[in-house]
Amino acid sequence: MCTVCGCGEGETLIEGHQHSHEHEHGHGHHHDHDHHHHGEHTHDYGQGPAHAHAPGLSQARMVQIEEDILGKNNQYAAANRRWFEARGILTLNLVSSPGSGKTTLLTRSIDDLKAELALSVIEGDQQTANDAERIRETGVKALQINTGKGCHLDAHMVGHALETLQPKEGGVLFIENVGNLVCPAAFDLGEAHKVAILSVTEGEDKPIKYPDMFHAADLMLLNKIDLLPYLQFDVDKCIEYARRVNPGIKVLLLSATSGEGMKAWYQWIRATQQLALIGH
Amino acid sequence: MHELSLCEGVLQVLEENARKQGYQRVKTVWLEIGALSGVEVEAMRFGFDVVTKGTLAEGARLEVLELPGEAWCMQCSITVAAKQRFDACPECGSYQLQVTAGEEMKIKELEVE
Repeated sequence: MCTVCGCGEGETLIEGHQHSHEHEHGHGHHHDHDHHHHGEHTHDYGQGPAHAHAPGLSQARMVQIEEDILGKNNQYAAANRRWFEARGILTLNLVSSPGSGKTTLLTRSIDDLKAELALSVIEGDQQTANDAERIRETGVKALQINTGKGCHLDAHMVGHALETLQPKEGGVLFIENVGNLVCPAAFDLGEAHKVAILSVTEGEDKPIKYPDMFHAADLMLLNKIDLLPYLQFDVDKCIEYARRVNPGIKVLLLSATSGEGMKAWYQWIRATQQLALIGH
Repeated sequence: MHELSLCEGVLQVLEENARKQGYQRVKTVWLEIGALSGVEVEAMRFGFDVVTKGTLAEGARLEVLELPGEAWCMQCSITVAAKQRFDACPECGSYQLQVTAGEEMKIKELEVE
């Protein structure tokens, strides 16, 4: 699906994906400066800096670009989104800081939902395939992407992962992003929703400490609520902070360990999946 | 945040445009970065020098135009300044704000030869 592959990420490893594009970065610089041809306008010496007046030297000029820095990623994300839409696949991008219980939440959700929904998982971590292994133990398809030094998944990596993973039509694809509340906020992967997971063992002010992420998410899962009796975590305050950066964010309280509140999360997944299935 | 990846994105645009616009070297790059884009300008400068080494933009000057954040207050029905995402409306104290400017991350203009 990646037709204009710009693969620059040297350190990224996608399971089962052989990267065979050799990159020709030799821009053949043969400058025979006897005569110069400048496209349409030939001898416009007047506009360049004074020192460039000697014939044979190319002149400095201005070029209007007006391009979004993330434009490339957004193009790949749009392609992924079209791919998901054509197949009625609901894709959720799970984001959180490390240690929020994301993988535990995911494995529990998979165990509870795999009988009724076709599930698959893309796992993003800097190193190791441990998380993909954990997911595969549940019996669903999972693919690990190691970002190497990278701090987030991007739409291009996900596009390649889809070629190998081949998620089922009409199913649900979870993308577990790299544990990081900063960078993944800016990188659209083509998902239907970003889901931010915050555990009550973290600070209640995380939503305003990392506003970009909570702004980008449509749903916040407040995890590990079984530990609330032992902690000084103000749930109402936390939700208020989240609404400050994102008045429309939906919040669910749950514990992936005790199972409390998980039903509401599953209801949300089912309802959202129905939306992805419209027209299929 | 991820300034190094952003710089790689900038370089990609520069290389693509080199073919389209017919230039061999980039001397100056003007970026527009909004106050609410989450981009750390200093990290961007550092990343830019690292990423452009050995490319058509090696040694190029990076000029960053920082754009202020603005938001629409739904209570007051006016545009107000927004320094951060979680700022309240300076007029009424409401958090019902819709960001209208300041999220830009754009390559505006190049000086090339």
